Amino acid sequence: MKIAVTSGKGGTGKTTIATMLAKAAENAQYLDCDAEEPNGKFFLKPEIEKTIPYTELVPKINEDRCTFCEKCADACAYKALVVMGKPLNKVMFFDELCHSCGACAYVCPVEGALVEIEQEVGLFNVGKAGNIDFVEGVLNIGEASATRLIATMKKRFMNDKKTVILDSPPGTSCSVVETIDGVDFVVLVSEPTPFGLSDLRLTVELVRDMGLPFGIVINKAEKENSLIDDYAKKENIEILYRLEFSRQIAEGYSKGILPFDKYAGDFKKVLKRIEELI
Amino acid sequence: MSKELVVISGKGGTGKTTLTASLASVIKNKVIVDADADAANMYILMKPEVKHKELFKGNPKAVINTDRCIKCDQCRQLCRFDAIYVNSDGEYVVDELKCDSCKLCQIACPVEAVDMKDVYSGQWYESETAYGIMVHAKLYPGAENSGNLVTMVKHRAHLIADEKNIEYILVDGSPGIGCPVISTISGANFVIIVTEPTVSGLHDLKRVKKLCDSFKIKSGVVVNKYDLNSQKTEEIEEFAKREGMPFLGRIPFDKCVVDAIVNLQIPYEACDSVKHAVDEILSKAMELL
Ligand code: SF4
Ligand code: SF4
Ligand code: SF4
Ligand code: SF4
Repeated sequence: MKIAVTSGKGGTGKTTIATMLAKAAENAQYLDCDAEEPNGKFFLKPEIEKTIPYTELVPKINEDRCTFCEKCADACAYKALVVMGKPLNKVMFFDELCHSCGACAYVCPVEGALVEIEQEVGLFNVGKAGNIDFVEGVLNIGEASATRLIATMKKRFMNDKKTVILDSPPGTSCSVVETIDGVDFVVLVSEPTPFGLSDLRLTVELVRDMGLPFGIVINKAEKENSLIDDYAKKENIEILYRLEFSRQIAEGYSKGILPFDKYAGDFKKVLKRIEELI
Repeated sequence: MSKELVVISGKGGTGKTTLTASLASVIKNKVIVDADADAANMYILMKPEVKHKELFKGNPKAVINTDRCIKCDQCRQLCRFDAIYVNSDGEYVVDELKCDSCKLCQIACPVEAVDMKDVYSGQWYESETAYGIMVHAKLYPGAENSGNLVTMVKHRAHLIADEKNIEYILVDGSPGIGCPVISTISGANFVIIVTEPTVSGLHDLKRVKKLCDSFKIKSGVVVNKYDLNSQKTEEIEEFAKREGMPFLGRIPFDKCVVDAIVNLQIPYEACDSVKHAVDEILSKAMELL
């Protein structure tokens, strides 16, 4: 069973919920796909056994062979290559613009003029947090997009025999799409504020577009506030759980401590309910 | 030339919009920009009246013309974004959400069966608010990285400011450190980084600080909900001192803020604790701007 935990925005308690689910599950694997800001480790406190570099292919031009035909630059949709012919005879490459698509290498007509080399853009930390298999992706600062790193992480590490909890990046952009693509269920974490509701609406739109089953967990829920409940009712979405608003949780969170034991029973029930809904 | 003041955070949910909206209620004579297009929230508190609206074009996506396609499988093998698949009818199809617009499939297709089709990835707006003109945007869910959109709305804001002789541009930035943030901070005169006193807060702060430094942009730090963990707050202050980074102020954890937002009020106007803190932050930031 693969469960992605996502939220329209950061700070809604996505990592809190994801790590609680991982702790409550038997035989869990936790994948931190929030590669720009992976935070799950602060709460699960894993022992990292291996650090594996993550590389992407980028072009390297051999100016001795290059004929400066400009085909590569024309093919590059991201303007990462600029060819300067005679008398300069140079090809400039801007790696922060490169998406590693391979178009330049495909079109280059001269053998050996443009070869693709591996460039490190991030890494994977793999380890164990108690019984939980832990994997996190970390994107290097300044790299534009975590999308492909997430795809690679899922391909390489995801273990179908486990209950996989994927901690998604915030927002609704391509890296979120990549994270939730192909999962069995999506948990949307939301806060009962107008901000939370606005973000939730966007995420619901996305998850519905992608045709995935989903439910809501309200974080920082308060009895007198029914903002999210009203919306969920209208939209016919199940509320899986309400985690109470508590200064104690907030304080604990700030120190990297979450009350896993206190809520283990509740989250076991949530997992069971998800299983029924799939 | 107007001066651009940008508020960002290493991470979402640190109270960035709370601070930006509060600044918007004090700073006179500015254009407000909501550059957090992925999850725009400023509009909720600013209650904009839209005066002008335009579609925003994203990068074109590949579409396969199934009548022409000879199913040679070239495109599927070459696409490094796994965007091309064979559907249950045996036809080659592009998953628009996954397509990265690289055009390699179009280049490689032997029978010219691939077209690149324009798609709209969002909308942007120019609005009147009680706090001044606001330029904001909405990105469609699943649309690609909003860097271009951020650049565009900021550009719009500068044009308006120049034309109307407006002194400041106040930007609510994107969270994180990816491409939209780079677009958010580029060209800024001063960046306020909002952080929380959590284990990840300091870590995230270091990352955005580095990002600002690499663009040679001055930045200062604000700790929101500082009293949740005074020890961490001190660590953050020490970090700032060590790095020669101005420490602008602390905002307390106050239930009043949540209640204000629930009631669609600006925290500055509703909560004394915020008012005091923001006044101090603003006067320090203005000196540095
Ligand atoms: S396509 Fe190949 S030969 Fe032509 S300019 Fe590029 S690298 Fe040089
Ligand atoms: S790999 Fe793609 S993005 Fe990178 S330089 Fe080549 S064509 Fe451009
Ligand atoms: S344009 Fe590029 S990313 Fe899109 S389907 Fe074609 S090869 Fe794949
Ligand atoms: S490369 Fe062209 S002909 Fe071949 S499968 Fe793709 S679309 Fe069809």
